[in-house]
Parts: sequence; C-alpha cells; structure tokens
Amino acid sequence: MFQLKIIVCIKQVPATSSVEIDPTTGVLKREGVESKMNPYDLYALETALRLKEKTEGSITTVTMGPPQAQSVIEESFILGADQGYLFSDRKFAGSDVLATAYTLSQGIGLLGEFDLIVCGKQTTDGDTAQVGPELAEFLGIPHVTWVREITEVTADKIVVKQDLGNSYAILELPYPSLLTVEKDIFQPRLPSYRRKLLTAGQQVKVFTFSDFIDHNEQKYGLNGSATQVERIFPPLTKQDQTCWEEPAPVVAEKIYELIKDRNFI
Amino acid sequence: MAVLVINNNRCNLCGQCIMVCPFKAISRQNDKIEIDAGCKMCKICLKNCPEKAIGLIDERRTTVNKEEWRGILVFVEHLAGNIHPVTIELIGKARELADAVRHPVYCLFMGHGISQQAQKLLRYPVDRVFVYEDQELAYFRVDTYANIFEDCLRKVKPSIVLVGATSVGRSLAPRVAARFRTGLTADCTTLEIRANTDLVQIRPAFGGNIMAQIITPDARPQFATVRYKVMTPAQQLTIPRGSIENCSVSPDKLKSELILRQVVMKEELPGISEAEVLVAAGRGVREQKDLALLEELATLLGGQLAATRPLVEMGWVHYTRQIGLSGRTVKPKLIITCGVSGAVQFSAGMNASECIVAINQDRNAPILAQAHYGVVGDLYEVIPLLLEKIKGVRETNAL
Ligand SMILES: Cc1cc2nc3c(=O)[nH]c(=O)nc-3n(C[C@H](O)[C@H](O)[C@H](O)COP(=O)(O)OP(=O)(O)OC[C@H]3O[C@@H](n4cnc5c(N)ncnc54)[C@H](O)[C@@H]3O)c2cc1C
Ligand SMILES: Cc1cc2nc3c(=O)[nH]c(=O)nc-3n(C[C@H](O)[C@H](O)[C@H](O)COP(=O)(O)OP(=O)(O)OC[C@H]3O[C@@H](n4cnc5c(N)ncnc54)[C@H](O)[C@@H]3O)c2cc1C
Repeated sequence: MFQLKIIVCIKQVPATSSVEIDPTTGVLKREGVESKMNPYDLYALETALRLKEKTEGSITTVTMGPPQAQSVIEESFILGADQGYLFSDRKFAGSDVLATAYTLSQGIGLLGEFDLIVCGKQTTDGDTAQVGPELAEFLGIPHVTWVREITEVTADKIVVKQDLGNSYAILELPYPSLLTVEKDIFQPRLPSYRRKLLTAGQQVKVFTFSDFIDHNEQKYGLNGSATQVERIFPPLTKQDQTCWEEPAPVVAEKIYELIKDRNFI
Repeated sequence: MAVLVINNNRCNLCGQCIMVCPFKAISRQNDKIEIDAGCKMCKICLKNCPEKAIGLIDERRTTVNKEEWRGILVFVEHLAGNIHPVTIELIGKARELADAVRHPVYCLFMGHGISQQAQKLLRYPVDRVFVYEDQELAYFRVDTYANIFEDCLRKVKPSIVLVGATSVGRSLAPRVAARFRTGLTADCTTLEIRANTDLVQIRPAFGGNIMAQIITPDARPQFATVRYKVMTPAQQLTIPRGSIENCSVSPDKLKSELILRQVVMKEELPGISEAEVLVAAGRGVREQKDLALLEELATLLGGQLAATRPLVEMGWVHYTRQIGLSGRTVKPKLIITCGVSGAVQFSAGMNASECIVAINQDRNAPILAQAHYGVVGDLYEVIPLLLEKIKGVRETNAL
C-alpha cells in the first residue's frame, strides 16, 4: 500500500458578492464582510479525501489570508483534513496572483515532502483561476487544470481526465504534481457533527513572513504584486435602449420589423 | 541567478548542513551558519536540513526598462493544427493596440506539421510569425509549451503578450507569467493602451458583479488572457506583409513530465457559441413542451435555442445550450430572451451580443435594462403572434 501526502489550497472569500474598495490603494476592503470557504475548494478537498481513503494517505490544508482565514482550515478539519496551516502576515496584504502563489510556495516549501497539491478551479471573488498554475511553476512541478475525473492512482503516477472545452485530454502525471479540479468531480460531503466535536480545538498552525526562507519583501503583498487594480466599477448597462410596453400585437409587429430590417428574415 | 540562503529564525545550529556539504563550503560563524564561495549549488544541504531552514531563491530584477520590450505577441492556439478562432480576434486587437504605439505584432505558433497553417496567418495583419515545429509539440502539454513560450519571449522581448482565455490559454499563460515574475490579468473583455505602453485591462470579477481595471506598471511583458468572442476578428489583408521565422530549441526543452495518453473529442453538438441568432429560454417558460414555440422561432431565424441554467438543471435542455458563467459565452448578432430575468451569471455570458431583445412580463426585471430592445409582455402572447407574422409573410411570398 502506498500513502499519498496531499496538500489542499483553500481560500476564504466574501460570503456575498456586494463589494467595497479602498479608494486610495485600490485594494478590496475585507473587514466587516462575512466570509466563507471558496465553494470551488470544497471539490478540491473532496478530491483529496477520496484519494486519502483510497491510499491511506494524509491531508494538509493551507490558506494564505488574514488571521480570520483560519476558520476555513478549521472547517477543513471537520470535513476530514489531518492538519492545516495559515500563512498570515501584514506583509502579505494586497497580494495579486503572483504574490499569492509565491507566498503559498514559500509556505508549502516548509511542510516537507508531498505527493500532490489539489486546488479549486477558481475563486468566487478574484475569479482568475491562475493561482494553481503559478504555484506549480514556483514549486517547479507539473500541473493539470480543469480535472474532471481521476481515472487511475498508483504509487508512482496519477492519471486524470482534463476538460479542454471541445475535447478531453487523458494525462498521466508523476509525483509531486498539482491539479486544479472542476466542480462536480465528486459530490462534496457534508460536515459531520461527530467530527465537529472531535476536531474542536485542533490547532491551526501559523507561518508568518519570518518563518519563510525568502526574506525579500519585494516579493510579497502589494510590493510583490505585478498587477495593480486601478479601479473597480459596476458592469455597464446598455445606453441606447428602447422599451416597448404596448399590447402584444403591437410589440410583435415591432419585433418583426426589427428582425426584418436587420435581414434575419 | 539562484542562491542558497539560511533563515536564521528557523535554524537551530544543529550543524547537519556543515557535515553533509561535500565542498566544505558551510561553516558556523559565532551563532550563524554561513555559506561561502565554495558552494557549487548541489543543494544537498537544502535536502538534509531537518528544520527546513535552507532555501533556494531567485534574485528578482527590480526595475524594468520599458523601452527594451517592444511589440505585441499573440499566442496561436490550435488543436492538431486547426487554429482556434480566438487567435484571429487577438490579432485584430493586437494590431489596433500596436498601431497606437507604433509597435509590431508577432505570433507564436508551436505544433507539428503546421507550416501551411502558419502561412495562413500571414493573411492577417501580423509582422512576424515565430514557428516552432516538433513532434513533441503536436498537442498541448503545459510544461513543454511553457518552455517554448519562454524561449520565444526571451528572444523577442515583447511588451505585451495576449493569450485566448480558453481552457488551454488559462492553463498555460499563468505558468509562463510566473516564470517571468510578471503580471497576468485574467479573462479580459476590454483592452486599451497608454502612450508609455502600459496595457489597460478591464475584466469582470466576482462572477460578473464588478468590473476591474488593471495595469501592470512595473513589469514586462504584460500578460493578458482575453475572452473568446469579445474582440472583433482581424480583417484579411489584400497583400500579406509579414514573414515567418522558423525557430528551434534544445531537446531538453521538449521533454515533458506529462504523458498524454489520449485526446477525446467531445461529440459535436451544434454549438450555440457559433450561432448568429439565438432564442434564449428562461424560467418564464412553464412547461418543457412549450419550448417547441421558441425552437420554431429559432429555426425560422436560422438560429438555435439556448437556455438559462434552471432549464438545464430541470433536464429540459442539454447543458451545451446553457448561456452564462457556468455555461457558454455567446456573441450572436441577435439574441431574443424569453422569460429570462437577467441574473448577472446569465448576462455575463451574453452581454456582448450585437442586438439583445428581451421579452419579460415584469417591468422591473434586470434583463430589460440590459437589452437594446426591452419588451414588457407575456411571451405566450407575443411569440405566437410573431411566429404567425413571420410565417404569414413567408406564405404570401411563396405564392
Ligand atoms: C476585482 C479583482 C480582480 C482581480 N484580477 C486579478 C488579475 O487579473 N490578475 C491578478 O494577478 N490578480 C487579480 N486580482 C487579485 C487576486 O484575486 C488575488 O491575488 C487572489 O489572492 C488570488 O486570486 P484568485 O482569487 O483569482 O484565485 P484563483 O486563482 O481563482 O484560485 C484558484 C485556486 O487557488 C487556490 N487559492 C487561491 N487563493 C488562495 C489563498 N489565498 N490561499 C490558499 N489557496 C488559494 C484555491 O485552491 C483556489 O480554488 C484581482 C482581485 C480583485 C479584487
Ligand atoms: C455560481 C453561479 C453560476 C451560475 N451560472 C449560471 C449560468 O451560467 N447561466 C444561467 O442562466 N444562470 C446561472 N446561474 C443562475 C442565475 O443566478 C439565475 O438563477 C438564473 O439565470 C435565472 O434563470 P431565469 O432567468 O430562467 O429564471 P428566473 O430568474 O426565475 O426568471 C424568470 C423570468 O421570467 C419572467 N416571466 C415569467 N413568466 C413570463 C411570461 N409568461 N412571459 C414573459 N416573462 C415571464 C419573470 O418575470 C422572470 O423575470 C448561476 C448562479 C450561480 C450562483
């Protein structure tokens, strides 16, 4: 029997989609907004749990975020993760994908050997789907995105089915490697009350900037971010707009004229 | 250049590294471990440190000279040599941006047996096409593709790199952007350029609830993935002016850690993404059989039926016909929505359509504010009348 050591990356996201931005820094205000686990990360965790059950492996969850983000790690304990880490420091604030992925790579570098990293497909806030591939690059390991199915797991390889839109690719990866998984790869389990009691008080370990190997502040947080959000605004609504409120026969006629004018009939 | 460093916060001075170093390059100086010039970067110390206090660090360049980075490079996506249409859209946008700052437009095309396809690219307004041909590049594999991408960027040094925000592009671009320690803006829907060559990138985030304007002011190249069917495709030239440059790389760059066992094409259902006319059904449709009404309208207009997510979830409509964030993005010439409320997750997938007609009986439905023509009415009244009208005229014409 082989044992897979799996790391799952989890992000804490705002529970609602109404958002506020700091006018001076262009950084999102996160204080005072209720948070939850990024829903796509539930699928990542579930994938890891299935692999753990199959291989008697172990799961470590990690998140980068403010101190409150430790609640998503606690949640992962209830679902079945064995241990978890929070990477948190004022110096990490304002990170874009580049800085986030680098910070995660530094933190994960301290955790020792692992076989597999599983990430969600994307988040519901930043929504870039870029952290997984950038993290893999910083760790120097291969990655596969949009994994729909795990078709084979053995001691020296994992075979996955990748959804590429118009086609599927069946790919074989060595360890260690990184996957980002599609929603619906597995149905996530519900938290059990028993495990909730069992894991209450389990420690979330914390790493800060000073624990990391690379102490170049230019690589973290706002300093280490190459992108800069200049402004955030609501989606535009159409300006040149017409509204028809007449009785059905009249509007039917109007629609007819419109599609005729534009040569659809 | 990479260097080994010791984190003194973690180091407990156990001396393991001093013992394992084959070059005697590590010593203890008072209460610190030092690595001297004898270090050959074998990394044995890193692997043996029980405290994980030794790490490898890439020194980062701090400033960038924007003048050194010229041109806009478009990544040519293809499947077995068939060029993805987003490529032509990117060329169109790249040309427009490049003209504003007098930069050239480049294409990067990697694959196997693609020389004829590369010629086809010259019909579009590109200045140079860099072609990498090798059997190992026949299909997309992220590690080898990233190596080739890197090779080309180091040679060309473009200011901007555009990649389609497709499944392939969104897997590949972050890997390459991270390698250059530069910024990547995801899934852009608007691109503009400033005189200093900064790319102004606008993208939806929070599931389409907000738009963000993003720049990459201090790093080059500037990477963006661009949503399919948002930009206007490039026009063909009457006289091609670009040239092809065949490139080669050392074999080690072509070695992949991934084994591609199989590529399976999805069954070709006629896609709503390609349709010029769409009739989109929403929950205002009461029963599955009523969809026939909308299907008929779509057929008469030479288009296809599409739907919102609830109809797909109820099993009324195949999932390939779903418009929206978790469905397809469409950009037809005409879309008629019937009984659709206009949730952001739906609209995100269709708001670039050229003409949007929305039929909804609720005056306050958000869709009516998103449509070019908002019709306040009952679809069960309006649609049959419209069908009658179209068919009636057809018959008189036929006589
Ligand atoms: C409106 C807006 C737009 C933005 N656009 C961009 C942009 O275009 N480019 C850019 O570089 N940055 C952008 N950012 C910043 C970006 O959102 C943050 O860097 C964020 O930390 C990571 O990106 P994401 O949320 O898109 O994650 P994704 O890349 O979508 O996340 C994928 C997976 O990575 C893992 N993951 C992500 N974040 C963490 C974390 N903190 N801890 C542990 N695991 C994690 C999870 O498994 C997750 O499912 C934007 C931010 C905002 C507010
Ligand atoms: C993460 C996420 C992703 C999602 N992705 C998608 C997606 O990709 N695509 C998608 O569509 N949705 C998506 N949704 C769901 C989305 O939020 C909405 O719930 C959905 O689009 C609503 O569908 P609807 O407009 O058909 O139904 P409703 O919102 O119920 O609207 C029905 C409308 O029909 C009108 N109506 C009723 N009877 C009539 C009549 N006789 N004549 C005319 N009008 C009538 C009503 O006034 C109402 O406005 C997503 C949601 C989430 C959370």
